[in-house]
Amino acid sequence: MKRFIGFIKKEYYHIFRDKRSLFILFGMPIAQIMLFGFAITNEINNVDIAILDHSKDADTKEIINKVSASKYFSINQIIEKESDIEAIFKKGKVKAVLNFEKDFSKNLIKERKATIQIITDATDPNTANTISNYVNAILAQYQKELNKDVTVAYQIIPRTRMVYNPELKSVYMFVPGVMTIILMLVSAMMTSISITREKELGTMEILLVSPLKPIQVIVGKVFPYIFLSIINAVVIVILSIFIFKMPVQGSLFLLALESILFIISALALGILISTISATQQTAMMISLMGLMLPVILLSGFIFPISSMPLPLQLISNIIPAKWFIIIIKGIMLKGVGFQFIWKETLILMGMTVFFIGLSVKKYKIRLE
Amino acid sequence: MSNNHVIKVEGLTKMFGDFTAVNAITFEVKKGEIFGFLGANGAGKTTAMKMLIGISTPTAGKANVAGFDVFTNAEDIKKNIGYMSQKFALYDDLTVKENITFFGGIYGLSRKEIKGKSEILIKELEMEKAANKLVGSLPLGWKQKLSFSVSLLHDPKIVFLDEPTGGVDPITRRQFWEMIYKTANRGTTVFVTTHYMDEAEYCDRVSIMVNGTIEALDTPKKLKERFKTDTMNDVFLKLARG
Amino acid sequence: MSITVSNISKSYKTVKALQDISFTVKEGELFGLIGPDGAGKTTLFRILTTLLIADEGTATVTGFEVVSEYKKIRNSVGYMPGKFSLYQDLTVEENLEFFATIFGTTIEENYGLIKDIYVQIAPFKDRRAGKLSGGMKQKLALCCALIHKPKVLFLDEPTTGVDPVSRKEFWEMLKRLQQKGITILVSTPYMDEAALCDRIALIQDGKILEIDTPNAIVKHYTKQIYNVRANNVYQLITSLNTYEHSHSVYPFGEYVHYTDKRADFNPEDLLLYLESKKLSDIEIEKTQTTIEDTFMELAK
Repeated sequence: MKRFIGFIKKEYYHIFRDKRSLFILFGMPIAQIMLFGFAITNEINNVDIAILDHSKDADTKEIINKVSASKYFSINQIIEKESDIEAIFKKGKVKAVLNFEKDFSKNLIKERKATIQIITDATDPNTANTISNYVNAILAQYQKELNKDVTVAYQIIPRTRMVYNPELKSVYMFVPGVMTIILMLVSAMMTSISITREKELGTMEILLVSPLKPIQVIVGKVFPYIFLSIINAVVIVILSIFIFKMPVQGSLFLLALESILFIISALALGILISTISATQQTAMMISLMGLMLPVILLSGFIFPISSMPLPLQLISNIIPAKWFIIIIKGIMLKGVGFQFIWKETLILMGMTVFFIGLSVKKYKIRLE
Repeated sequence: MSNNHVIKVEGLTKMFGDFTAVNAITFEVKKGEIFGFLGANGAGKTTAMKMLIGISTPTAGKANVAGFDVFTNAEDIKKNIGYMSQKFALYDDLTVKENITFFGGIYGLSRKEIKGKSEILIKELEMEKAANKLVGSLPLGWKQKLSFSVSLLHDPKIVFLDEPTGGVDPITRRQFWEMIYKTANRGTTVFVTTHYMDEAEYCDRVSIMVNGTIEALDTPKKLKERFKTDTMNDVFLKLARG
Repeated sequence: MSITVSNISKSYKTVKALQDISFTVKEGELFGLIGPDGAGKTTLFRILTTLLIADEGTATVTGFEVVSEYKKIRNSVGYMPGKFSLYQDLTVEENLEFFATIFGTTIEENYGLIKDIYVQIAPFKDRRAGKLSGGMKQKLALCCALIHKPKVLFLDEPTTGVDPVSRKEFWEMLKRLQQKGITILVSTPYMDEAALCDRIALIQDGKILEIDTPNAIVKHYTKQIYNVRANNVYQLITSLNTYEHSHSVYPFGEYVHYTDKRADFNPEDLLLYLESKKLSDIEIEKTQTTIEDTFMELAK
């Protein structure tokens, strides 16, 4: 135990004496959150939506046909009750629900106007916005056709409702993404760099030729980063609550546990990287190219996974960050409990075990 | 400056803030001489050499290298000197020929000159078979010899060698020194900085720097007589330990 | 026996780093591995410190086998790797403390062993290791390798890149450590350091050329070496090389070391020959054989 504490003390000296790593550790989260506070526009493609049709008449069928014929949407589910709407959103299967009022056609003929409600999941604000714009466009087109040869115009009134993030704050969407990136960066990149630094300095040789067990060296190296990553996660959550007034809907405890799980999987990846790279530079390159880029591009953080080509969608499944983002979006924005994210948690857990197993197997008690 | 002296230094000083790294050193190096520039780690020899090769401006004093003033004609100095150090090696991922061509190009040699020179050079080094091999795959000693030859491609008046033979096996080291003697015999001045005293023994004259000043300057033989020791190592120890 | 090495071989891809190496080091001995860069010294050190596994052969350190009992060896040896540079961002004291704790000891416990060395760097104990001079870094590194009172000390090129004053002090320290009963295996590319060891192994290209005491190795060299000098070194070397009776010609500091093929060599003949080559100020005198002469003869 004394050895372990001595080791950790040394790691803290390293971290707190290196201004560069201190900046990455504590400056990055703040800078990133601020940066990503700005919206990034994105296109939608084949978004899954659900239909709740209370009238089931000729007009609603025609509109549904037009919606499903467009390349933007695909109808995933037909639901029957208002109460199903919330459930279907919580499961995260669809991005929007089209809710046709009762007696849609009748109202249209009698009163010359009918209402349709477009409910979107605004945890992803840009997508939500785009969806409602596109649906509106389809409705407008249909209305134009109806009014071709009539004197008194028919009117279809769309009522848009956003759930989960009614104010459309994109920062809400980016917080989970930024948190994922930061945790990945701190945990994986910093550990892999700090381990390879010992290799470069030649001190790894001394550590190996000492009574320290390899597992002690590894745990000693990663322990400070678990701690620092947790601090970072807390800083991000606090920043988003107090600066962006972002509500955390779900359980903070669950959020903490899930974050720790993700941190551990990232640390295991960091160790894995350090076993295959001989210099800090290689470790950094592998971390950036092999971890950061996929996290930014393929995790659904910036680009909706549903709009990606199929091969990329498949690849996105093996990226731990994708599952973590789903989990924390669920907890932070939708307020879901464990019963809705157990599947993602299980996948993440499986990956973590796999990475730990692999890095332990790959970690050498000797030099080659 | 007499034609006989290719390096003439008078009161050359370099300060970093309050710290005097090189303190008013004065010496001359003759054409074709092998001059050893010795000193312990941190004695100021690297700083002094940087001023002589024109990459660091002195704080005070005068220095003339290869006929050019270090204050006003630093660029001309660079054209007239060669430089080789143990750290500055050739490109490992280029072949012997490619390295020669590349460095020849840097020194402004024409394509024809490069072709002719590289043939002679490869032949002299007996590297015909290795000419198209990657430099990285050659033994250390070969690399050093090649590196030295490359630094002479543009027929510099002076060649600066920084710890040229540290760690090299004894036989290769002798071959290396034979090359140095040959170069000096052709009239090129060889300026060797080192803290390996056995390298010092090969030089015509050596200067020993201690704490920024030159404490001794003479032939190895005379220095040994003066300090009544058998080796340059002991001369150095006596000087540095005070 | 403190270290036994039998028939060790090791290759990397195409390079044979070590070929059938065998030797033993007695307890309390100061044993030197002398050879240039790339001779295989570091590979051998890494095999003995359990960091690498040999392709063939076996080795023991303090009675333990390097592969199967590597943990026991790691508890009882001190190691200073060649490129070892300590933690630059930790102070002298913090470095030492760190190595003491990971070996499960304290600075106080074994202070007696490092005292002589540590007092020299103690004035700088709050300075970061990165800001120390080469000689001081090396002393600190030695302290760190000694802090757990190892039975065997492995020093891989400890004096490379260090100035003569520090080198001399370093060897004096090694002698004192040896008197305290520590077995020391040290490698160096400097032939002049060989004489300071009890026994040495000359090593080149992964092969041991000879193992013996420095004196005995020099005695194995049977030819008489002559110091030759003249007004022009380069012409002297070329003339000697073309002399029909020359056996070996090596520049050696301010002289050229010359040996002749003939048993009844008369320096007068050589003098006449050199004069015929228009050399002047010629001196020819007998000289002592050095380790380096032997090394070159063996490596030829």
